[in-house]
Amino acid sequence: MTSNPAKAVQPKSFAFTAENLARAQKIIARYPQGRQASAVLPLLDLAQRQAGGWLPLAAMDHVAGILEMASIRVYEVATFYSMFNLEPVGRYLVQVCTTTPCWLCGSEAVAKACEDTLGIRFGETTPDGLFTLKEVECLGACVNAPMVQINDDYYEDLDADRVRAVLQALKAGTKPKPGSQTGRQTSAPAGAPTTLTAAKGAGGS
Amino acid sequence: MPKLVIDGREIEVPAGVTVLQACEAAGVEVPRFCYHERLSIAGNCRMCLVEMEKSPKPIASCAMPAADGMVIRTDSPMAKKARKGVMEFLLINHPLDCPICDQGGECDLQDQAMAYGFDRSRYIENKRAVEDKEFGPLVKTSMTRCIHCTRCIRFATEVAGVEDLGATGRGEHMEVGTYVEKALASEMSGNIIDLCPVGALTSKPYAFTARPWELRKTESVDVMDAIGSNIRVDARGNEVMRVLPRLNEDINEEWISDKTRFACDGLKRQRLDRPYVRRRGKLVEATWPEAFGAIAEAVKDLSGEKIAAIVGDQCDAESMVVLKDLVAQLGSPNVDCRQDRAKLDASCRAGYLFNTTIAGIESADVALLIGTDPRREAAIVNTRLRKRHRMGGFAVGVIGPHNDLTYKYDYLGGGGQTLVELANGRHGFAEKLKAAKRPMLILGQGALARPDGAAVLGVARKLAESFGMVRGADHASGAWNGFNVLHTAAARVGGLDLGLVPGPKGRDVAGILDGAEAGDIKVVFLLAADEINTKRLGKAFVIYQGHHGDSGAQRADVILPGAAYTEKNGTYVNTEGRVQHGYAAISPPGDAREDWKILRALSERLGFKPAYDSLKQVRARLNEVSPTFGRPDAIVPSAWGQFGQAQSQVQPQPFLSTVVNFYMTDPIGRASVTMAKCTQAFVLKSAGKTGTDG
Repeated sequence: MTSNPAKAVQPKSFAFTAENLARAQKIIARYPQGRQASAVLPLLDLAQRQAGGWLPLAAMDHVAGILEMASIRVYEVATFYSMFNLEPVGRYLVQVCTTTPCWLCGSEAVAKACEDTLGIRFGETTPDGLFTLKEVECLGACVNAPMVQINDDYYEDLDADRVRAVLQALKAGTKPKPGSQTGRQTSAPAGAPTTLTAAKGAGGS
Repeated sequence: MPKLVIDGREIEVPAGVTVLQACEAAGVEVPRFCYHERLSIAGNCRMCLVEMEKSPKPIASCAMPAADGMVIRTDSPMAKKARKGVMEFLLINHPLDCPICDQGGECDLQDQAMAYGFDRSRYIENKRAVEDKEFGPLVKTSMTRCIHCTRCIRFATEVAGVEDLGATGRGEHMEVGTYVEKALASEMSGNIIDLCPVGALTSKPYAFTARPWELRKTESVDVMDAIGSNIRVDARGNEVMRVLPRLNEDINEEWISDKTRFACDGLKRQRLDRPYVRRRGKLVEATWPEAFGAIAEAVKDLSGEKIAAIVGDQCDAESMVVLKDLVAQLGSPNVDCRQDRAKLDASCRAGYLFNTTIAGIESADVALLIGTDPRREAAIVNTRLRKRHRMGGFAVGVIGPHNDLTYKYDYLGGGGQTLVELANGRHGFAEKLKAAKRPMLILGQGALARPDGAAVLGVARKLAESFGMVRGADHASGAWNGFNVLHTAAARVGGLDLGLVPGPKGRDVAGILDGAEAGDIKVVFLLAADEINTKRLGKAFVIYQGHHGDSGAQRADVILPGAAYTEKNGTYVNTEGRVQHGYAAISPPGDAREDWKILRALSERLGFKPAYDSLKQVRARLNEVSPTFGRPDAIVPSAWGQFGQAQSQVQPQPFLSTVVNFYMTDPIGRASVTMAKCTQAFVLKSAGKTGTDG
């Protein structure tokens, strides 16, 4: 089922701040005259950031007005992409990947650790409004599985303890370093290099 | 002109057509759900898969352009297997509720499942269920049945011009709807019921009342507006169950307005089913001889100028011509068919017709709307204007009501002043008209049904002439007539063709009402005329002949029960001047009779000898009065001439549309429960009123 707009408490109005409006104009200018509807995705993203991580109806109508589209065309786009939240979310949106590679590498434990640390289940928000927990499909970081996405950052190479540490740090008001939590460089081999070990200067076989 | 081979037969098709269209041209039927020739191509149901040589996979024929040298097979094992697969997927989430589904018996999915369906299901998981949507009083939804063909979305967006419908969510969670709950505020919304290939969208008023195989189908013509939409009346026993559109490319294509489709329940309520005579102030039931006797008594020894007749908006031409002859024999010059008092000139046919024709709108490049709101007055014309607008390169200017017409237009001004300025070339829009190759103007009844109507007509004629809207003598030699009068009454053009206007020294509708109030007119015959102020009929003896107990019947001294449009074989002339025959689907209720027969019998009772005894003879008489009646379904081009008064002054007051409530413009609509619900949902709600405001 599509989310029901009647379920969320909808703010009465929404308008871009002057700063965001200038940004919106800049985005619209990227597209040819008469094709301004192409800017709907970046503008919705802008609106979602301004509205605190979710898209109220008023924000979608506002974007529709700016782009001279029918409101329903904006609703179609917003409901299609899972990155648009149509109900309010916490300050930190924790998206746990549970697709096959992450699952094989232990995402179940990561998910359970999240639920236990935050005291909420998937799809819920903590009473202090700090965290929303969501189960998502593959986020494309399988080399560093298992992983979670918190707002715009990826936290990778997790296990129960590491994700607990990340969440606790966020609770405490600090921001842990994004990326691999085991200290490896991006997606380089987890231990030492296993191939091309003699590559330095030797010129291979 | 690409040449391709379809099922072993070579065929040449015009460039730009799709493989599916090429297959149709070759006489090969291809199953489909999402493809519809009047909507944009979606290509999402996949039912039209065919095998194409050199393609490893079957192709969706509706979305594939036909190209030279293609070899298409529609009956190969590959194509058949592909379609069976698609059908199985479609049925996975489609409920097995055909026995309780209103679409049963006329369902595309049901029919095609007979050809491509599997006789058992391999699917053991739970079926998907979708919450039903609330689309207002006309369209009933069962969204679980939806197969996501998106025809309704495309119709609303493209044809109706009301962008309310969409597909939200994705994948298994995709739903067709409005997202935020609202009724479909379109006067064409009923067409999505016909478009829906399954039972997801069905007719709310018709719900669970009949099965298609029980219905008797009669092809006829609509009288709810002046368009003459071609319709099919479905009846069971002596009851009209529903009205559906019939294809006519020149008029309504395959759409009809909601009033045409849904007002038919008004045919069952408030009907006059026996004659009535007023005795001691009260209408009492009477027999035909008693009613005729009362009329004979009233007109006895009365001189012609004391008798008058007003013709209503939905009359067939047959009854009008018999009335015309009767009134002439009574010696009365007081007869008028222009209930709304439009200052139309019956002497020049081109001066009161929609000369461009409805299909001709598509070749116009500039349109000027004067005192008309086509969306409410003639939804089909508005749909054609929108179609032309979507083709591009079409400018529309409006003088008069400032309403949403579903397409963009330049608002020039509200009233007569703007019209005069434009006619004199002193308005910005004049440049667009001058530059246009095929300009047209549409003159609404709102501009004519006012005291200065004749002057407006004259200015409009001048405007049409000075901007080159009228050229050449006949359509064949590239001639163009862009002067159009848009009528709102189905009977109006027929009445004007028959010359149902005051004779020498005769009174028009205003004059008749003045005369009746002053006591100069003693007898008034209302032929289904309800749109007049009956309070002004004074002490006159009023004879009302019609089918509904509306305002005219309430005031009447004698009521003669007539037949509604679904109950008689009648001739109607639409706003283009196109003569069309309607056919009786059922018989009139009770003692009611076909209208021309009543008038003929009355003539005889009054001592005249009518020269016709059969429908054939009446139609011969029609032909005699106006030869255009001899050419049904055709457009007979009319010669341009003098009409209107260009000299007198046009008043500056704004032009108002004559149609305030689209759903209730006639006695049938006013008696209809469905139209009352629509009025509540769309007209009163948007005006911020409730039904109790009076």
